[in-house]
Amino acid sequence: MVNLNINLNGLKLKNPVMTASGTCGFGEELVDFMDVTQLGALIVKGTTREVREGNPYPRIAETPSGMLNTIGLQNKGIDYFVNTLYPSIEHLNEHIIVNVSGSTIDDYVYVCERLLDLPKCTAVEVNISCPNIKEGGLAFGTSCPAAAMVTKEVRKVWNRHIMLKLSPNVTSIAEIAKAVEAEGADSVSLVNTFLGMAINANTRRPVLSTITGGLSGPAIKPIALRMVWQVYHAVKIPIVGMGGIMNAEDAIEFFLAGSSAIQIGTATFIDPATCVKIIQGITDYCHLHNIENISQLTGALEV
Amino acid sequence: MKKKQGYLQLKDKTIFSNNYVLFELRVEEKFDFIVPGQFINVKVENQPDTFLRRPFSIHDVDYEKNTILFLMKIVGNGTKMLSKVSTEDKIDVLYPLGNGFTLAENKKVLLTGGGYGIAPLYHLAKELISKQCEVYFLLGAKTITDLILLEKFENLADLSITTEDGSSGFKGRVTQHPYLQDKITDFDCIYCCGPEPMMKAVSLLAIEKNVNCEVSLDQMMGCGIGVCLSCVAKTVRGHETSCIHGPVFNSKDIVW
Repeated sequence: MVNLNINLNGLKLKNPVMTASGTCGFGEELVDFMDVTQLGALIVKGTTREVREGNPYPRIAETPSGMLNTIGLQNKGIDYFVNTLYPSIEHLNEHIIVNVSGSTIDDYVYVCERLLDLPKCTAVEVNISCPNIKEGGLAFGTSCPAAAMVTKEVRKVWNRHIMLKLSPNVTSIAEIAKAVEAEGADSVSLVNTFLGMAINANTRRPVLSTITGGLSGPAIKPIALRMVWQVYHAVKIPIVGMGGIMNAEDAIEFFLAGSSAIQIGTATFIDPATCVKIIQGITDYCHLHNIENISQLTGALEV
Repeated sequence: MKKKQGYLQLKDKTIFSNNYVLFELRVEEKFDFIVPGQFINVKVENQPDTFLRRPFSIHDVDYEKNTILFLMKIVGNGTKMLSKVSTEDKIDVLYPLGNGFTLAENKKVLLTGGGYGIAPLYHLAKELISKQCEVYFLLGAKTITDLILLEKFENLADLSITTEDGSSGFKGRVTQHPYLQDKITDFDCIYCCGPEPMMKAVSLLAIEKNVNCEVSLDQMMGCGIGVCLSCVAKTVRGHETSCIHGPVFNSKDIVW
């Protein structure tokens, strides 16, 4: 019997597999394809204080073993989430984790305060890859002081689990992880997408409306693994790893590199049942390798 | 019907000379009503440069034989790989997706399109005929060899053709044909699927003459199931995904 339960610094989940924000909508979109209640947690689309229209079309570009996106955090705002979406999705999982995004620290704090009323919202995932409009649009996640400040202010109002989602577009992701750990983050999730671009040689134009966008998919997996490995050696809080996981074997690699849990993102676009297939695949791997507890694999890389 | 993921057997494949391919897929079990204008999202196997699925309109459905047909034009690596799938092989398909056309009843309707956009119009015509509609096809292309399946369309309903070079039918574009000019108000409803400039031009004419018109947009999709928010169309209500809210929209709802 394999035990997939994990204790993520106090957040107890029945297994370590979660959806990645922005790739599963609000969970409802996937119910025809898989049993969403089977997941360790459901991490829903990035939610902001206000309604966001998102970026102009075209918003994606297909690239070798991956894709670029520039959705621009299109969402209907926290009011709509609290009043309309949450009541319709709360049956989908015991842990509805909201990805919280904002342009100012006040935005993050406001959204978190609103989520306190929702009992199944057992954690927030704080997305610090957003531009900080008071600091000239530089993303919060690209500087230690800004990342620390967001964590500190959210910590003051949010007494449940804080998962800090790190941007990989930094010189040292381990330094950012240490900065947010010091301010009370309960876990870190990494990595968000890598800044990239795609060009149409024939038209000489960029493929994306915003010229640059975030790269995801198997193309980023080796870099994501390296970053998880580095952060694992820099902080004590648990890591939720992601970046191009397409199958259970990819997932196992993330555990070995230091992840305590994982998120499935872009793979859901290609196979909307990927999450449950990976839960089964991890179970099979553990049987085959005589692993009793999934947590034994965290950081178990042999070097 | 509920959305499904299935490994559907390729029962038949017809390759036309001008890079069009018609596929017939067999579904294992009986399936519910598929609304004309709904689409399928097809996985291209083991190709790193064709990472995402490819969406195609459903061209025809046979509820007796449990088959779904779709038409594709080979335009890039993904469609090229799909064109090489052998009959009896299985294809990973998500189906049926999206919102289809509104089915009028007992009306005089014009179904107009071009390119691979003609695909869903066939399925649509079948259902409209079963609802006692008087169906007229108006299909356009640059030249006659770009038009395929004409006999099939003609056997179903009245067919008119426009070609820009005059190689067959009316010389000009569909929007210059009398059906979309002085006779446009003879129709209760127009359904259009084709290249974006054609859909825009048809929509603007229909809106001007106050004729109800629906179009099936062809936005670049990431997932086809409403989770990636890539395929948005600019509507009067804001950005809406064409895979969930569309691909069929009322012309009046689109910000052209």
